[in-house]
Amino acid sequence: MSRATWPLYEVFVRGKRGLNHVHVGSLHAADDEMALHNARDLYTRRNEGVSIWVVRAVHITASSPDEKDPFFAPSGDKVYRHPTFYDIPDEVPHI
Amino acid sequence: MTDLQEHFDRTIATDHRVEPRDWVPDGYRKTMIRQIAQHAHSEIIGMQPEGEWITRAPSLRRKAILLAKVQDEAGHGLYLYSAAETLGIDRDELTERLIDGRQKYSSIFNYPTLTFADVGVIGWLVDGAAICNQVPLCRSSFGPYARAMIRICKEESFHQRQGYELLMTMMRGTQAQRDMVQDATNRWWWPSLMMFGPPDADSTNTAQSMAWKIKRHTNDELRQRFVDMSVPQADALGVTLPDPLLRWNEDRGHHDFGSPDWDEFKQIVSGNGPCNAARIARRRAAHEDGAWVREAASAYAAKHSSSPPSPSLSSSSAGAVA
Repeated sequence: MSRATWPLYEVFVRGKRGLNHVHVGSLHAADDEMALHNARDLYTRRNEGVSIWVVRAVHITASSPDEKDPFFAPSGDKVYRHPTFYDIPDEVPHI
Repeated sequence: MTDLQEHFDRTIATDHRVEPRDWVPDGYRKTMIRQIAQHAHSEIIGMQPEGEWITRAPSLRRKAILLAKVQDEAGHGLYLYSAAETLGIDRDELTERLIDGRQKYSSIFNYPTLTFADVGVIGWLVDGAAICNQVPLCRSSFGPYARAMIRICKEESFHQRQGYELLMTMMRGTQAQRDMVQDATNRWWWPSLMMFGPPDADSTNTAQSMAWKIKRHTNDELRQRFVDMSVPQADALGVTLPDPLLRWNEDRGHHDFGSPDWDEFKQIVSGNGPCNAARIARRRAAHEDGAWVREAASAYAAKHSSSPPSPSLSSSSAGAVA
């Protein structure tokens, strides 16, 4: 039996204007244009989106879960990046 | 290795989701692949019994609805294959396992759709049972599966309601039409109860699946829930559910009901149902007859692209970004 050789694409949909594209799943397609059409048919049958991105899965570089702790550690000890780090008297308005 | 196991156990214990590329025990991976693939196959094979009625639907409205519904089933199959692929299995491999008989699909789709009332009863009872099964799976410990289930459950609601509305319309029609609805109900009721799987006492995988939180309720709990939901719906419709033992039990706060014919169930699961061979033959033909289209599209893509499709199919999967 012949095996398809269509690559895997990841699909991102913008639900409406003002929102980010969000990853919704994947599909296979022979080329970029077919991937867009398949994504429309598969992930937006009920007006779920106003814009679609498709990208070949092999082109995505991801952090590895195995290195989760060291990879995200640099942000762990920087509590001063959060607004609640700073004590401001209650009577100071609008801050 | 123990660190990895501990991390996995903690994820499950704290009700966090397992995501692709997380380390999981082999048994978890195998079970998830089997569960998701079997579910995906059911959606794909499930297109056939109703698809047979698209050209024969009695009005343009019913035809458009049925077409949309069958298209949804295809979509559900594809969401699920997408989720399965994040576990490192290729979807063509899954299709081959289906048509080789190495993986199963829900036994319900091995019954024939004899009249148009069957389309309505499938929506009402079969999709109703599927919803009972699937709503708790939106909380499956495996993230991609849970997310696919959320999409699917939203769409299943349309499926059930169109079926019930179709039946209400037929019940307002002629006596012959009412008889068709009753006949279809009689034929689909017991197979619908079988959709929840064997009784808890005979269900070997339940304990492990509950521990892994890939199953949230036992077969018998879900079957009871379905019966309790269906009884008032049958009353409102004006049909009788074909079970002489079915009655409200005040003490339990649930309906008592009879037992499906589990020998029939076993026969169908092992391939001897009325339509098993036809369903697989149809799926195999679609796959094999479509091979030249897939090859032509690949050739076209290679010709028009500076970067031809990657030869490797099992490249990293959705999970990378999920």
